[in-house]
Amino acid sequence: MIVAEQKPINEIVDSLNGFGRIVIASCGTCVTVCMAGGEKEALAVRGVVEADAKAKGEDVSVSVVNLKRQCDDEFVDDLEDELLDGDVILSMACGVGVQFLADKYPGRLVLPALNTKFYGAAKELGYWTELCAGCGNCLLEKTGGICPIARCSKSILNGPCGGSQDSKCEIDAEIDCAWHLIYDRLSELGQLDRLNEIYEPRDWRTNRDGGPRSVRKDDVNISDSE
Amino acid sequence: MDYEKSNFQKVLEAGKFAITAEIGPPMSADAENVREKARELAGVVDAANVTDNQTAIVRMSSIAAAYLSQGEGVEGIVQMTMRDRNRLAMQADILGAWALGLKNLLVLSGDHQTFGNHPQSKNVFDVDTIQFLQAINRLQEDGVFMGGSKCKHPPKFFLGATVNPFADPLELQVIRLEKKIDAGARFIQTQCIYDLERFDRFMDMARARGLHERAYMQAGIFVNKSLKSIQMTQLVAGMSVPDEYVKRFEQAEDVQAEGIKIAVELIAKLKGVDGIKGMHIMAVGWEDIVPEIVKQAGFLPRPIL
Repeated sequence: MIVAEQKPINEIVDSLNGFGRIVIASCGTCVTVCMAGGEKEALAVRGVVEADAKAKGEDVSVSVVNLKRQCDDEFVDDLEDELLDGDVILSMACGVGVQFLADKYPGRLVLPALNTKFYGAAKELGYWTELCAGCGNCLLEKTGGICPIARCSKSILNGPCGGSQDSKCEIDAEIDCAWHLIYDRLSELGQLDRLNEIYEPRDWRTNRDGGPRSVRKDDVNISDSE
Repeated sequence: MDYEKSNFQKVLEAGKFAITAEIGPPMSADAENVREKARELAGVVDAANVTDNQTAIVRMSSIAAAYLSQGEGVEGIVQMTMRDRNRLAMQADILGAWALGLKNLLVLSGDHQTFGNHPQSKNVFDVDTIQFLQAINRLQEDGVFMGGSKCKHPPKFFLGATVNPFADPLELQVIRLEKKIDAGARFIQTQCIYDLERFDRFMDMARARGLHERAYMQAGIFVNKSLKSIQMTQLVAGMSVPDEYVKRFEQAEDVQAEGIKIAVELIAKLKGVDGIKGMHIMAVGWEDIVPEIVKQAGFLPRPIL
């Protein structure tokens, strides 16, 4: 899933300065799971924004709209009236949700409440780590299911570098060396010989380096059949 | 295209023990600083590595400093990290380096930028060391750039790489060494060696794969000037310094003399290791001691060819 983290609350409050009618839009998918931008967090932000306005003696109304998914017309359209019933939208979604609303409502200012971090999962309760870099050309079949692009600090494909010790990365003793993990996993799978092969340089065009990416499936067009 | 091999390559191919040291370019545009460092090494070493933004700290470029060094009679070994440049920049730079008369190239990953003075920077790692060695080798042998277009006058660098016998997992470091040699590395410089027991294990594994006969391996020697220096060395990622050496510094009356003694001792021990064809002396922060170490180790007079 997409893992995000709430921006510092002062930054959020400052960004809303001067707006009298604020709509906070939560999102019910990834950011709810990672406890950054779901209904609960939206209500908490509303509380702070209201308290701040009260302390400043300003007349501010704040409403919360809970979207099941902020990056899909179907769900946004259902709640459009509530969403547009204000001067500004504070989006509690990832960067995708913020931009989806901004693209959809060109005349409406949409502000981000979160910093979108990475594609990852919870390693333990309340602790998420990055697992996928979305590079566009998956190589996990070669590396025992562990991605060196996302999980090696240098994205080395013929790793590890010389800084790996006691299975930890040179940059931080909290970070596992991805190549040590790959080595252990391939040992377990009896596939160590895979490491003798030189992985050729990547074609980074499948990554962001080829410009903004898109996916089109020509066989999908439900509008005709409706 | 006719070309003359580098002195460093000729020394190794003649079966002589090759001695190299390091020149760390200044954090400034001061050419004289490089020339001075080079003059101290003239007649002492066969070539000198010229570091590339070492420890991710911005310094004069390796290629420029290696060129200045050669003007003082010390052959340069250009270092190139994968951290700072993409494949366009790296290929462009090595063409330029060869055009300037530089003939040795050492390819390495590079310390992560979070260690240096620009932790805010974006790293590149477009290709890794093994991929880049392979790419230069193809450029040199087949005259083809990474993107597939032809190069009319490719360079002919004496290509090298590093290996860290103290990084984990050990077996994977040996596999990586083999991949570097397969990719085209002709000389190999090791991380600084203090932990001889671990180094022996590493060399046993390397010899079992015949790697000592497929590339010229130089043992890395670090020279510590003080107790603080060896304590810091002990903390560096990927280094293994047994406590006994720290203890010797603690107990020494003359720490500098002890630093020299340890380096010379390590050289004497490593010289006899099957598969070691040279020494690479790193006296970071104490560069002017290199001539004394080389002399005491019995490697003078030089040049030897």
